[in-house]
Amino acid sequence: MKYDIEKLKSKHKMLKEFEYELKPLDKGYSDRTLYINLSSNEIKEKPVPEEMKEKFIGGKGYGLRLLWDAVNKDTKWDSEENEINIAIGPIGGITNYAGAGKSLVTSISPTTGIPIDSNVGGHFGPYFKFSGFDALEIQGKSENDIIIYINGNEGKIQIFEAPDEETNSHILAEQMTDMFADNEKERQHISTVSAGRGSDHVWIGCLNFSYYDKRRKGLRLKQAGRGGIGTVFRNKKLKAIVVKYSGLKGDTNNPVDQKTIQEKGLKFHKEMITLDDKQCQMRTVGTAHLMEIMNDYDLLPVKNFKFGNHEDSYKIDSSVWTKLMTQGVPDGCWYGCTMSCAHAVDNFIPKTGPYKGEKVLVDGPEYETAAGCGANTAIFDPHAILEMNFYCDTYGLDTISFGTLTAFLMECYEIGVLNKERTGGLDLEWGNWEAALEMLHQMATGEGFGVTAGKGIKFMKKYFVEEFGADPQFINDIGFEGKGLEQSQYQSKESLAQQGGFYMTNKGPQHDEAWLIFMDMVNNQIPTFEDKAEALHYFPMFRTWFGLQGLCKLPWNDVEPENNAETDEPAKVPEHVQNYLDIYEAVTGKSLNKEEMIRQSERVYNFQRVFNLKMGHGKRIDDHPPYRAMGPLTVEEYDSRQERYDTQMKELINIDPEGKTSEEKVKIHREWREDRYEKLLDAVYKRRGWTKDGIPKIEHLKAIGMDLPELIDTVKDHQ
Amino acid sequence: MKYLKTYPEKCIGCMTCVDVCSNLYFKEVTPEKSCIEVYDEGDGNFGLSVCNQCQTCVAECHTLALTINKFGTVMLSKNLCIGCYACVAVCPTDNMRTYLEGLVPFKCIACGACARECPADALEIVTED
Repeated sequence: MKYDIEKLKSKHKMLKEFEYELKPLDKGYSDRTLYINLSSNEIKEKPVPEEMKEKFIGGKGYGLRLLWDAVNKDTKWDSEENEINIAIGPIGGITNYAGAGKSLVTSISPTTGIPIDSNVGGHFGPYFKFSGFDALEIQGKSENDIIIYINGNEGKIQIFEAPDEETNSHILAEQMTDMFADNEKERQHISTVSAGRGSDHVWIGCLNFSYYDKRRKGLRLKQAGRGGIGTVFRNKKLKAIVVKYSGLKGDTNNPVDQKTIQEKGLKFHKEMITLDDKQCQMRTVGTAHLMEIMNDYDLLPVKNFKFGNHEDSYKIDSSVWTKLMTQGVPDGCWYGCTMSCAHAVDNFIPKTGPYKGEKVLVDGPEYETAAGCGANTAIFDPHAILEMNFYCDTYGLDTISFGTLTAFLMECYEIGVLNKERTGGLDLEWGNWEAALEMLHQMATGEGFGVTAGKGIKFMKKYFVEEFGADPQFINDIGFEGKGLEQSQYQSKESLAQQGGFYMTNKGPQHDEAWLIFMDMVNNQIPTFEDKAEALHYFPMFRTWFGLQGLCKLPWNDVEPENNAETDEPAKVPEHVQNYLDIYEAVTGKSLNKEEMIRQSERVYNFQRVFNLKMGHGKRIDDHPPYRAMGPLTVEEYDSRQERYDTQMKELINIDPEGKTSEEKVKIHREWREDRYEKLLDAVYKRRGWTKDGIPKIEHLKAIGMDLPELIDTVKDHQ
Repeated sequence: MKYLKTYPEKCIGCMTCVDVCSNLYFKEVTPEKSCIEVYDEGDGNFGLSVCNQCQTCVAECHTLALTINKFGTVMLSKNLCIGCYACVAVCPTDNMRTYLEGLVPFKCIACGACARECPADALEIVTED
């Protein structure tokens, strides 16, 4: 041990202690939330009003509801009134069905200025909920670094100054576990939320949620990655939020019908165990199984999304990760998850940075990290990807944003917007992993070009235009951000529906709302604008539902029942949808059908859309992709797929490409593709009950039971 | 490895083993709470199903509630088990068992009580490498 826990504790200064009454949950709820103000050190319980429970359900719904009430239209990410809310819904914490331990974190984002929601595994959410609260609401800012400790066994909460604890997560989580576990047995009952030194300096900060891995006898970290919540966390001077809860049983949610949960869970477990090897290999390699699939379908982002595959991609395909990841251990990020996709590389030795030469554990890589920090930056070196994965995590930085923004920077370097002088000596050539890592370390030390880079692509676009004279249009066309959030790692050029799936999202281009590429591009199941609009209504609403419940989306369709293809709507995986409906009823005692399931989500989804409007966004203008996400931007890209694009021109645009230069053809494609995106927006807004400017109509809010006065007041001048 | 070896060809279907097992561990006489299952195969033949201590379940357990004792028998700690049933799903012979109101599964630990009572010598505790 490199630290002395007693010495660390001796520097603590207690700021506030609070006791609350422990009580068992009732059908998945405690019906109270916990409010903590770090400016005043106020701690209080807040009852959950019946209307909030009915319309917002839990998880992200609760987080957004509390956040709305806390902020005003002028609130910025670093305003005192901004909050970090962590909530898990009514189903969250069950141990029988896979993927039931997700926390939903909400805040006003540094990079987007609107609400961000990010879901994360690890044990904090369930343990916090079982400690007695449906949501944690943290407002205000402390003067000095502090830790919040929630003892769910004794009903005690403490806020204390903690000057000497480490900030980087992989060490801090270990310190917290050592500090608050009274014995070895209790280590699994502790979970820590933390960020890292990167979150101190840049805007792409993430949160790490820990869990104790009994087999490895070490701490694991899962990330609430998107939108810079780690940055908000450190801005509040939060070093850690720690929970201890020791009473977990299979029925701690006190569901009304434990047997149904067990039966559904057991059936799903068996599907996982028997079908996973034939389907997605989640139990072996997790989401990184997608690497070669995406490469084969021309969907892997290569060189800042210019291309969809690369001859060197085999160097970072799933076979490589399978060998590197420790096999044969249950790697669920919450108990009972037989999908078990939270794999890790043990005994990794970094070549750079403060932990150079030490043996560390790398949580991952997941597909997004391998694709973003790998193919998209043309870094086809597994060790380099693992090293970026490790440092991003422990520094509290989002690997998706880091990958996408590094790819953007490398292209800026290629076209001359950047050079060594402007990067402070960083040679950001494609594939230069040493430069990428150096930039990453700069984000953690707060020195050098990394600090500019870490403010994200939206910031950099403006900065490069103003400071370096970059061409504004080109820089916008290659900057893969929407609403200020960096896009996740799939090529959407050939799937109009996925362009909408990314850029019509409430929080910015993240694939958790809709992943429609195969339905659209590969299987051609949604050919018309109306078909695409229906998909862009149903799937974002359906996927939102997971975030209301505390559930992971992956078990929904990353394994499918053997007979799924024979069902009426295989893309929806009807049997699994029914499982969720049955489990919801089994936990809460309230019956739910498919229509009302979508309605539950629709209420929160529209609330979030109006929330964006409240914060000065949430309109049509905010829903547009950078052009490269829509089609071939440059002659280089066009020529790399000339046959495809020429055929499209002939068959879909009805223009003969013969005799035209590539420049002309790029222009023709662009006009056609931009026009059809506008048509898609019209169709989707209509289907969602929104105006042509993307504002929820008052009659629609009434129809879905969301005609709350504050929403009507926000949208009434935009009808 | 110590396990309960079965000789179904000797079984007479009297259910003594089932009664002994459920009574020993649950103080009830019911097939639902027996670690060993006797099933009728017709024509006077019976089948026997019980844990063979293959240890497949042990690797699946998140909480290390399943361990292997010094005899090679798989033991389940009810205190550590959080009732996820991953072990039930992964068991290749369906011998990690559950019952209606139960939160945690149960299994044969090769105690031998049933074998001692079997009137047909259809059960035997054996130890093999």
